[in-house]
Amino acid sequence: MTSVDYVLGLADDALVSAQRMGWWISRAPQLEEDLALANIGLDQLGQARSLLSYAGTFLDRTEDDLAYLRDDREFRNVWLVERPQTDFGVTMARLLLFSAWQSELYAALAVSSDPTLAGIAGKAVKEVSYHLDHASQWVIRLGDGTDESHARMQAALDAEWPYLDELFEGAPELRADVLARIEQVVAEATLAVPEVAPVVGGGRRGLHTEHLGYLLAEMQHLHRSHPGATW
Amino acid sequence: MTTAWKIAADIPDPELPVVTIADLGILREVTEDDQGRVHVQITPTYSGCPAMETISEDLVEALTQAGYQRVDVEFVLSPAWTTDWMTAEAKAKLAAYGVAPPGPVSLALSVKCPQCGSLDTRESSRFGSTACKSLWVCRECREPFDHFKAI
Repeated sequence: MTSVDYVLGLADDALVSAQRMGWWISRAPQLEEDLALANIGLDQLGQARSLLSYAGTFLDRTEDDLAYLRDDREFRNVWLVERPQTDFGVTMARLLLFSAWQSELYAALAVSSDPTLAGIAGKAVKEVSYHLDHASQWVIRLGDGTDESHARMQAALDAEWPYLDELFEGAPELRADVLARIEQVVAEATLAVPEVAPVVGGGRRGLHTEHLGYLLAEMQHLHRSHPGATW
Repeated sequence: MTTAWKIAADIPDPELPVVTIADLGILREVTEDDQGRVHVQITPTYSGCPAMETISEDLVEALTQAGYQRVDVEFVLSPAWTTDWMTAEAKAKLAAYGVAPPGPVSLALSVKCPQCGSLDTRESSRFGSTACKSLWVCRECREPFDHFKAI
């Protein structure tokens, strides 16, 4: 039996990550990257919409209701995706960790006994393989690049690594495969696997960093100021 | 094949108007009953494809104009859409339009330039103007072009 909190967790991970990806539009280092990050965000938004619609069937609420009318304490996303990312290296390090986890998770859920979740995951797993590939290519290029790019990529990886652990809360069986995927890329990028203590996040229980509130204020402002407005 | 299917099958894709939603494999099933009610199933190419809303509106409008009393459009995700569902005709139309069509999913073939036909091309970005396309450049004629990604 699928729990609504579980579905909301996956939905909110994708929704909040999509919102952070959207920040890059018009700010990416090159036009192709602008399009890439926008498209990755769009894929995540699509996954979030399907998952929120599904969660809504448990709660008798619509996807818009759940996206726009919940406060931060009702969001179930992990801390990895909610913090600001204004450094391109950080964005790629985070996308590597997040998409490696999503790849393994969706591959497992695609054969789930819950047909709705299996359908959403079967669709999403193909999209996420592109995200993982994109992040891997950048991490390798920057890690195995100049002294400057190598140092910054390592710093970005070190900064994101403590947030990896929260993803395995309640799903420890994915850890080995996800880590294998990430560590293969890290090695090829001539980077070191960070030895840093994990942060004890509380996203799945509705406990968040202060950054989520600002993100939600921006995301929800229009809908809350003009209830029922349409384009 | 029902009449409703024929009407639905003629709806062009909003982002690639040279091909129809049936050509692309987006249109999955159309059922109609003797009360004039139609149920249409469509599947997105990518989860976040913004064209789905437009396609849904276009279906309701075309079928309502054709005299159907009630039109329901349902989004189905499973089985997941694949470029293998695209018809050979759709691939030819895309190439003529300047978009390199996808090859079979299981094979990694070189992409042919839709401008000059050269196979000497390179991928410039895996993400292009829409979720379903990547950006390529031809080394022969130097033109950039879109490629419909195989998934």
